[in-house]
Amino acid sequence: MNNHSAAPNQKRPFWTIARKDAAAGFLFIAPQTLGIITFVLIPLGLVFYYSMHEWNVLANTFTFVGDANYQMLLRDPNLPPVLLASAIFSAGLVVLNLSLALLLAVLLDQKLKGIVVFRTLFFSPVVVSLVAWTIVWSFLLQANGGINGILAVFGIEGPNWLRTPTTAMISVVVVQVFKNVGLNMILFLAALQGVPKELYEAARVDGASPFKQFRRITLPMISPTILLTSIITIVGSLQVFAQIAILTKGGPGVSTTVLVYYLYQQAFQFNFFGYGSTLSILLFLIVAVLTFIQWQMRKRIVFYEN
Amino acid sequence: MTRLAMLKATAASAGILLPLAWGGVAWAQDAVNLRMTIWSANEAHLALFNEIGEGFKATHPNVSVTFEPLPFENYTTTLTTQIAGGNPPDLAWIFETSAADFVNSGALAPLTEAFTKTEGYNLDDVTEAATALWTRDSQLYAYPFSTSPFAVFVNNDLVTAAGAKTPAELIASGEWTWENALATAKAVADSGKDGLVIRDFNYQTWQNLTAFWRGWGANAWSEDGKTCGFTEQPMVDAMTRLHQAIFVDGALPGPGENVDFFAGDAAMTITQISRASLLPKDDPFDWDLVPLPEGPAGAYSVIGQAAVAAFANRPNTDVAVEFLGYMTNPENSEKLAQFFPPARANLLNAETLGKTNPLLTPEQIENVVIAGISNGKVIAGHTNFAQIQQTIRASLDGLWVADADVPAVLASVCQGVSPLLAR
Repeated sequence: MNNHSAAPNQKRPFWTIARKDAAAGFLFIAPQTLGIITFVLIPLGLVFYYSMHEWNVLANTFTFVGDANYQMLLRDPNLPPVLLASAIFSAGLVVLNLSLALLLAVLLDQKLKGIVVFRTLFFSPVVVSLVAWTIVWSFLLQANGGINGILAVFGIEGPNWLRTPTTAMISVVVVQVFKNVGLNMILFLAALQGVPKELYEAARVDGASPFKQFRRITLPMISPTILLTSIITIVGSLQVFAQIAILTKGGPGVSTTVLVYYLYQQAFQFNFFGYGSTLSILLFLIVAVLTFIQWQMRKRIVFYEN
Repeated sequence: MTRLAMLKATAASAGILLPLAWGGVAWAQDAVNLRMTIWSANEAHLALFNEIGEGFKATHPNVSVTFEPLPFENYTTTLTTQIAGGNPPDLAWIFETSAADFVNSGALAPLTEAFTKTEGYNLDDVTEAATALWTRDSQLYAYPFSTSPFAVFVNNDLVTAAGAKTPAELIASGEWTWENALATAKAVADSGKDGLVIRDFNYQTWQNLTAFWRGWGANAWSEDGKTCGFTEQPMVDAMTRLHQAIFVDGALPGPGENVDFFAGDAAMTITQISRASLLPKDDPFDWDLVPLPEGPAGAYSVIGQAAVAAFANRPNTDVAVEFLGYMTNPENSEKLAQFFPPARANLLNAETLGKTNPLLTPEQIENVVIAGISNGKVIAGHTNFAQIQQTIRASLDGLWVADADVPAVLASVCQGVSPLLAR
């Protein structure tokens, strides 16, 4: 009792205004919190728990092995090429995706008749089903597929795209870029249109060339969007799975076996669920560290923040 | 709502729901729903299975069996994921290549005793060659319902149009060898169509090449499964010849090319006889079914097997085993034989198989099916097959380019897979 002066027969209601507000607040965030607990935090805890066990699904044995799976992680001869493939994929995707998205956004940021048609066209792959998109590309990229057919018209003998290590990696990157470049393009376009026009006017009066205007005004002004898109794209690139599963199955060799696909192989194909969980902990750490670094870099790169 | 009203409402709904829930439990105790995962979504197959399921209902009115087709490509992965998720089926089909993993795991219910006790089952009629893979310590853990030899389907129209002798003519003159088969394939490929398709190989599923390299006497690994066979001379010879056939002669479609024999696009295809159902019904071509050609190591045949097993330690394991005994009894085995060549010696004759395989001629049944099953060796499996398959697939990828160094690639296969085989 904190209110000694209150008469003993005058009971304070339980639902004070402050409590009601608090309850309403908790109720508002409850669906989201429940979702995060059920689908993020509990699985995360379970994955960590599984990573310390050897789980033989068929024999139904579940043995505690301590850090054995983490030891295996350090000794796994396949892991360096897998991490390399992931790094190449992510780097290629981010560079290609962001520069293409920015280029398209600049080109489409014009007051021309019918420009909306082009914006829609470049955005449309984003709303196409990923699997359908990838399957169509797998036909196009066959040795006797559509792309080599077009090349043949110009007398060029195209490679067997998905069957040679270098072109296979290029293919999965490009297929992914074309799928998602529209989303970044729209974000850049919105950012470009948010840049105050008087800045350009002032620059023109001062005699700045269009390139200089882009470098000195546009880039700094849209830097928060560049940071946002690069975080989304890098994190997304580390989760790539369907494209690999459909186009290359990780081959040729292990040249396109990225971390998520390797994790899937270990856990679901080879039934090493313990080691698969360990790999997903590794993936989690990589994503966390990369996001942290990018977030730190915003102080240096991002010109201003709202 | 006042607290009292809420309490009343809760009590009332509990009063309604609890007896219902209890009734549900009581009802569920009587009814048994068995689920069998299969990898065929063929409607004719499903109709037959459902017929057998209904037949079981005659003696077990409370048991219903559902057949759940899973995609062929990811079958084993999907099955083990169901098991890992705590929702295993009661019965499941198992590929021959995964036999060792399942049979040794302790996950399957033993069958021998139950089958012996089943009246009229006649377990002795099931050949030992067929059950060897599915037996551990003389206990049968899965019933091989399909023992299907690999054979060559031929499109005679394409072969004669290319000016080559048909395989039937080559067989008649004793010249049905791999050299002549590949020459025929090359002739058809040169004429604009495709030559020979090793079905479902797709430059990924290399175990299907067994039907080719056994002709050279090659094996993926030794009998005991411990030693890699890819660097042995027969394998080097077989793969060198195959590489030449693909990249020099163009006798086989190259990597990444999708060619369908049954659509009339290729001269020949190696596959199992159950694929006869894919032959075109309208506007068919003149087709034939012949045994695998003779290789440098002589005549041979290769068998693919599929078995069906019941999972142990499940609430309905006993009923599942009982259903398995019904599904594979002599009478139902004969029905199954129209799609799946049987493991029962009594059924392995041209007369029985001819009744159930109207598409095939008596000669085809005799020369391909019966001879193939009697002399064939099953495709090699191994414990931990999925990882071994994947490791070899990754190394073999180096072979499927025009300028590959065949012995060097095969050496890299053994280097990669040997630690896994020795485990």
